[in-house]
Amino acid sequence: MLRLEDLRVAQGSFSLSAAFEIEKGARIAVIGPSGAGKSTLLGAIGGYVPLDHGRVIVAGDDVTDAAPDQRGIAMLFQDGNLFPHLTLAQNVGLGLRPALRLTADETEKAHVALARVGLAGFEGRTPGDVSGGQQSRAALARVLVQAKPLILLDEPFAALGPALRAEMLDLTSEVARAAGATVMMITHDPQDAERAADQVVFVDAGLAHVPQPVAEIMADPPEALRAYLGF
Amino acid sequence: MARRARSVTVAALGGPLAAGSVFVLILVALLAVMSRADWPVTFGAADWAVLRFTVWQAVLSALCSVVFAIPVARALARRQFVGRTFLVTLLGAPFILPVIVAVLGILAVFGRAGWVSELLGLFGLPPLSIYGLEGVVLAHVFFNMPLATRLILQGWQAIPSEQYRLAGQLGLPPRTVFQTLEWPMLRQVVPGAAALVFVICLTSFAVALTLGGGPRATTIELAIYQAFRFDFDLGRAAILSLVQLVVAGTAAVLALWILPPLVLQSGLDRPLQRWDARGAPCRVLDAIWIGLAALFLLLPLSAVILSGLIGLFDMPISVWTAAWTSLWVGMLSTGLLILWALPVAAWLGQTKRGGAEAITLLGLAASPLMIGTGWFIMIYPFASPQAFAMPVTAVVNALVALPFAVRILVPGMRQSFTDYSRLNQALGLRGWPLWRIVLLPRIRARLGFAAGLTAAMSVGDLGVVTLFADPDVATLPLQMYRLMGSYRTDAAAGAALLLLVLALGMFWICDYWGRYAET
Repeated sequence: MLRLEDLRVAQGSFSLSAAFEIEKGARIAVIGPSGAGKSTLLGAIGGYVPLDHGRVIVAGDDVTDAAPDQRGIAMLFQDGNLFPHLTLAQNVGLGLRPALRLTADETEKAHVALARVGLAGFEGRTPGDVSGGQQSRAALARVLVQAKPLILLDEPFAALGPALRAEMLDLTSEVARAAGATVMMITHDPQDAERAADQVVFVDAGLAHVPQPVAEIMADPPEALRAYLGF
Repeated sequence: MARRARSVTVAALGGPLAAGSVFVLILVALLAVMSRADWPVTFGAADWAVLRFTVWQAVLSALCSVVFAIPVARALARRQFVGRTFLVTLLGAPFILPVIVAVLGILAVFGRAGWVSELLGLFGLPPLSIYGLEGVVLAHVFFNMPLATRLILQGWQAIPSEQYRLAGQLGLPPRTVFQTLEWPMLRQVVPGAAALVFVICLTSFAVALTLGGGPRATTIELAIYQAFRFDFDLGRAAILSLVQLVVAGTAAVLALWILPPLVLQSGLDRPLQRWDARGAPCRVLDAIWIGLAALFLLLPLSAVILSGLIGLFDMPISVWTAAWTSLWVGMLSTGLLILWALPVAAWLGQTKRGGAEAITLLGLAASPLMIGTGWFIMIYPFASPQAFAMPVTAVVNALVALPFAVRILVPGMRQSFTDYSRLNQALGLRGWPLWRIVLLPRIRARLGFAAGLTAAMSVGDLGVVTLFADPDVATLPLQMYRLMGSYRTDAAAGAALLLLVLALGMFWICDYWGRYAET
């Protein structure tokens, strides 16, 4: 589904390498120490960080040189996922049509998506008008309507409390399962990984390791991961 | 095999194109002027006197403005009183106040037959005379002291309140507070404010036209007008234009490095909690400064309104036609400005600081009268320049406002791009939808403010229009100037009030439109 071929990114003295493949429908947690290159990895896949070498294949297509919106990828960032001057329905609608002149059918779709994430009746609110959790839900509703085969999450729920974060992760899994999408998410918390992922990509010292089943790696973490987790 | 990530560049073509068209407009005018100059250029004693006066009055105006602005800003920064918000708003008024209106107000207060002279007469003292250097500097201080005060007030309020809290907790005396907190800020902000005032005053025309004149009080800009209008000496106008370009251009480029950014009103209405400066002498001193500043601004304005109300019923019909002309010239200027400023600001908002901003600053350095003269020369062989008086006025007014508009818009653009460029890319927002859905709503408040500023400046401008206009057509400021010249004082006062309402009204409408969506 996603194949990284000999991917390398260099930024000053920092460099990141990755070469692995992920099958369709997998849920991958990306974990590792701060500054190890987790965000760079997702940025490179998403098309926001230039590659020095290698190729990115999404659903069989080489998207190495494609614009971020042409890669079959929906991505959520740590912040700035919603436009504060647009309503939640408009923010979701952007995922259907960036020019935002929606047909009645598309407006209906946006409303259904908001209802799916528990925001029925919030269509006309602006992001500043709702709680942080509700903002995350609205962003997920947009991911839902974007219907891309790959979803990248660069810690969009980091600012939420543990209970709310767990709820969002469950919702994400649900959204992804409904769309048959593959998910890659950065996390700091091994519990989050166990909850919402099947496999773990451990990023350390400029290398993104090959994904391993989450139960396996948690039961017997390699030395570097052990140091990071504090086991 | 390094690959560049594709980044969304907005106005990658439109920005340079808009900036380039500004550059070409000015360059064509300059070339036209130069073609009429008599080479080799001679620069006589009279020209030197003009140059000396121009620089000297600008230096004095900048110094006086800043020297008075510092204590007023300090008092405003640390005092809370009824009417403070009003006073801070009032400090923004001279920037959009038509020069000729302010001059009328200043004359009514400080003139030979003004209120102050009458008061002096009661004590048997001779009346004031403010024609010449004193009047020019006085008017410049009236316009620029408030601007300097606002800039310095921004600096004061940029000092984190935690630092004052710490100073209060340690019980530091005012002297120490000044040395550690305020002096470093002033050293940063004051030179920039002074430089800005200096550059603005260098190209002063309407003030010199009305309060200066004569061999001892003529600015370069006024001398261009005189050479053109009285002697039709295009050669001399050309030489003076070149001098103006070199002087103002050098000053503007130097000022660019130390210029503080122009910000919106927001935040300035919040006084600092101060634990020092609580003593009675301190309070009295601050009260005196605030009172003096308020009087200095309010007296001329009240004079305009009072005498205007009397003269309102004494105005010839030509005043109303002129008002209509001014209205559409102002709207045309504002429209042009938006077409220029948006692509330029979007372009600059994506590039690194500095650099390209200098191009728009050319609009400030190249004198409006030079551009006007140039286009007069261009049009002259083909058509009657008078027929193009209003379009040329509208274009030049938009050019003059462009540097201000760009400085207002660029920070908002830059913020929009840093906050949302990834999201725009993720959603595939580009081109017109990006403008419509993201950029315009995000900078709406700034755009309204910039458009309002342009509309007010254009409506109130008494500059390039004086070169072109024939007796039948006039903008409102020009009509008012003619009424003043023919000693129809009441009618002029009525026209002044109408012009004031027009300029402030246009500013208010645009600014209100900008802030309307923010609620």
